[in-house]
Amino acid sequence: MGDREEEEEGRRRVVFVTVGTTRFDALVSAVDSENVRKVLAAKGYTHLLIQLGRGSYLPTKSDGDDGSLAVDYFTFSSSIADYLRSASLVISHAGSGSIFETLRLCKPLVVVVNEDLMDNHQSELAEELAERKHLYYARPQNLYQTLADMDLNTLLPYSPGDATPVAKHINRFLGFPDD
Amino acid sequence: MDKGNGCSFSAVTSTAIISSVIFVITLILVRVLFVIYCSSRPMSRRAKKPVSTLIILGSGGHTAEMLDLLAVLQKDRFYPRFYIAAATDNMSLQKAELLENSLAAENGTPITNAGKFMKIYRSREVGQSYITSIWTTLVAMVHALWLMIKIRPEVILCNGPGTCIPICAIAFVFKVLGIRWSSIFYVESIARVRRLSLSGLLLYKLRIADQLFVQWPRLQQQYPRAIYVGRLM
Repeated sequence: MGDREEEEEGRRRVVFVTVGTTRFDALVSAVDSENVRKVLAAKGYTHLLIQLGRGSYLPTKSDGDDGSLAVDYFTFSSSIADYLRSASLVISHAGSGSIFETLRLCKPLVVVVNEDLMDNHQSELAEELAERKHLYYARPQNLYQTLADMDLNTLLPYSPGDATPVAKHINRFLGFPDD
Repeated sequence: MDKGNGCSFSAVTSTAIISSVIFVITLILVRVLFVIYCSSRPMSRRAKKPVSTLIILGSGGHTAEMLDLLAVLQKDRFYPRFYIAAATDNMSLQKAELLENSLAAENGTPITNAGKFMKIYRSREVGQSYITSIWTTLVAMVHALWLMIKIRPEVILCNGPGTCIPICAIAFVFKVLGIRWSSIFYVESIARVRRLSLSGLLLYKLRIADQLFVQWPRLQQQYPRAIYVGRLM
């Protein structure tokens, strides 16, 4: 890579939006709205990449040549881990898989809850993690406000969990000796 | 025989029948309460040999959490291992098979001895009409019974999907009838912070799970018999 290309790579800050295997048109259209694009560009992000899942709303692509956000999208990927890794900010639906995959990579995360889902127990997890300051939590209607007001420096890293306490209980209950 | 004796004979018979029925029902109830009481306490004897284990897999997040748990369980204690997933769930059994094959490769054991994998019919698919659901639930129960008769596990591990309810119910009946004593361990999903899932609630209230684990402290406050273990992921 030449010097100029390296410089551009270095200044590249991608906002990655993911809805997993669901359909979440309200989030995609909120992210695609003009004031959200503007506030992301104002915060120094250069690219917006949207994983659409089963949604039908198609955002407007943009090259970003005029200094605005470059926008692109795709439907599915076999593993979004690479996209998460190269993102500077992740905006995700409230699926626990997406949430923990992102937190494990220590990426700043805004979780948006889909209010159209019938049994919305997903919001419990997002709310709890937001209370513990591991991520920001929003609804499609207030996504712009959340993005405008957020201060990513106040987020706390999430320490990975541990399954050994469960194993200990099970072993003890069955009468196996402690290791 | 004159009428008087005839009447008293059938009266004695019906009293006898009613008494027997009441007696049997009382026996069953006492046995059920005894099973529930024993299930809540750790096994009294030290385990000396491996326990056959049935692992019930559910879609997506459920499978990921279960694999996290399996990673920290000593494989030589929980052996042989049987995996059940819903018939329409392709990914979960594949993931479990990957885990078992890599374990076999590590230990040098032949792949055919790695865990056994089975599919079970779902009681009801998402959006299925309730009338046809009655039939499919019956089919699922019979299928679960068939699988449980074959496997008769000593340990059952499950963490949420609806597929675990018929199986745990049958395991409980097996305990009451003395067919097989299974220790049932249920880990509530990490996504459940304030309320238990339907499966968790049923297993908790009916006292079918020997131990029910929760990953968030608020659940332990709400359900005192649950065991708080922190986050698995």
